[in-house]
Amino acid sequence: MKRVALYAAALGFVVFAGFPFYWMLVTSFKQNRDLYVGASDMSHIPWIFNDPPTLEHVKLLLGQTDFPRWVLNTLVVVVAVVVITVAVAVPAGYSLARLVGRWGERMGMGIFFTYLIPPTLLFVPFSRLISLLGLQDSLGALILIYPTMTIPFCTWLVMGFLRSVPWEIEEQAMIDGYSRLAVILKVAPRLIVPGILTVVVFSFTLVLQEFVYALTFISSVNKMTVSLGVPIALVRGDVYHWGSLMAAALFTSIPLAIIYNAFIDRFIQGFTMGAVKG
Amino acid sequence: MTLPFRRTLADREDVLGGAMLAPALAYVILLVGVPFAFAIALGFSNATAGSLSFGWAGLHNYRAILSDPIFLRALRNSVVVTIGSQVLVVVLATAAAQVFRATFRGKRFARFVLLLPWAVPVSLAAIAWTWIFDSTFSVINWTLKAAGLLHGWLYWLGDPALALLAIIIVQAWRIFPFATVIVLAGLSSIPQEIVEAAIVDGAGFWRRLFRVELPLLLPVVAVAVLFGVVYTATDLGVVYILTGGGPANTTHVLPTLAFQRGILGADLGQGAAIAVFLLPFLIVVAIGMLRLAHRTEVGGAQ
Repeated sequence: MKRVALYAAALGFVVFAGFPFYWMLVTSFKQNRDLYVGASDMSHIPWIFNDPPTLEHVKLLLGQTDFPRWVLNTLVVVVAVVVITVAVAVPAGYSLARLVGRWGERMGMGIFFTYLIPPTLLFVPFSRLISLLGLQDSLGALILIYPTMTIPFCTWLVMGFLRSVPWEIEEQAMIDGYSRLAVILKVAPRLIVPGILTVVVFSFTLVLQEFVYALTFISSVNKMTVSLGVPIALVRGDVYHWGSLMAAALFTSIPLAIIYNAFIDRFIQGFTMGAVKG
Repeated sequence: MTLPFRRTLADREDVLGGAMLAPALAYVILLVGVPFAFAIALGFSNATAGSLSFGWAGLHNYRAILSDPIFLRALRNSVVVTIGSQVLVVVLATAAAQVFRATFRGKRFARFVLLLPWAVPVSLAAIAWTWIFDSTFSVINWTLKAAGLLHGWLYWLGDPALALLAIIIVQAWRIFPFATVIVLAGLSSIPQEIVEAAIVDGAGFWRRLFRVELPLLLPVVAVAVLFGVVYTATDLGVVYILTGGGPANTTHVLPTLAFQRGILGADLGQGAAIAVFLLPFLIVVAIGMLRLAHRTEVGGAQ
């Protein structure tokens, strides 16, 4: 009896969480005459394929829309933001954890708090800044601004990560005659690799998910990223190509979900900041 | 760290520490701190996107928005959506954590599906929900009718009350997986002896849940709620895509209205003034987090 209740509850959560994705999947591959049947027609069951599946929407998406271009734009921004974030946040996290002494923790917290200042509070001043810099409607605007979201969180992540790495390895290297700088350059990188990987993944997912700044800065369709182009520019006038729209949403969601699944525990450690011990 | 010979520059921890921290500090100060101050200053200005003029306007923007029914409605909506969705999130996440701490067949798959709403970009989730709530093709309406629960028709995004409900559902849907994972992490850190002691004392499942586990979980649930408040109150994507603030400006929240006035309407001053009303939400969260951090420091040994 208890098992039945458990499975029923688990099923309930899976249905609630997963239903929109099932709906993306079904919509992506349905023929139009199967798709566009009013929901008041009770004889037509929308949950299943009443006609054979089709690749028509996927072909339209890949062949006749700017979707491939948006994927490319997104990748360009991802690479640039990941490089900037790693270059800035990893040394900062190391410095806070190992070098600046007792102020490290407090400063780390201060930097982390800026992660809480949302894009929707900053987009107005940024719109001014971006036009002053002449970066409006360019990927450069996103590359400049996205690290404001990745650096605070990733600095915090690296700092937290280093607390779980024993100091002895670096200490031993110094006893062996390495200078402090040589330890940082030659010994520390190997120790922080898992931390760096988390930083890369976090920056990657954040860029894929970001919508507000992209919406504010980018207006040309061929400069858009995936998360902006799909909901904004795949809608032609008032015509929604739901099949292609859902295919685009699905193709973007699945890789992200797989990555999230693998890294979730590391992210959570960052979010709970010691409220959870273990 | 009592090491001999730290005379050269390469051994000065303060110098190295400062140099390695400087780029991050510069980024945060120049591109978060300064714009943040600028955001507040803009609220007192008559700046527009078209010109470079930047004149002092005093409280003009605030007076304008506080007598604007659309703004007051947006402010109310922000509060209602944030509280409504977070209440749902807490209930769903505590329940889901109880389910997912157990072992059962297919758990890996179930966990993968559970995480989907959090992994998917907000804008893509919102467009999928827009299709789910479609006025003609809504699968929800079909299913409710098929189950005999609905006799009329629900215009999900066309009716102000229903549209607000739809927004709350989507916000709760996208945040509860995150909260669930946090609560699960909290559950696993409850010392097993405490739970066992409660069982020995004859406490049943519900008693154990409400008397022993939930009080111990309070700090983690609070972390989940604090992040949930930030994510919901400051989110633009869901409302922008789902309703665009419509019908007739009844479902705007602060971020969408700030965007409409400040970016689309080019009235930077007013847009900034509207966005400033997000600050109370953020201050509540910041204070909550500091208190939690303080508590864990003080009670670190518990």
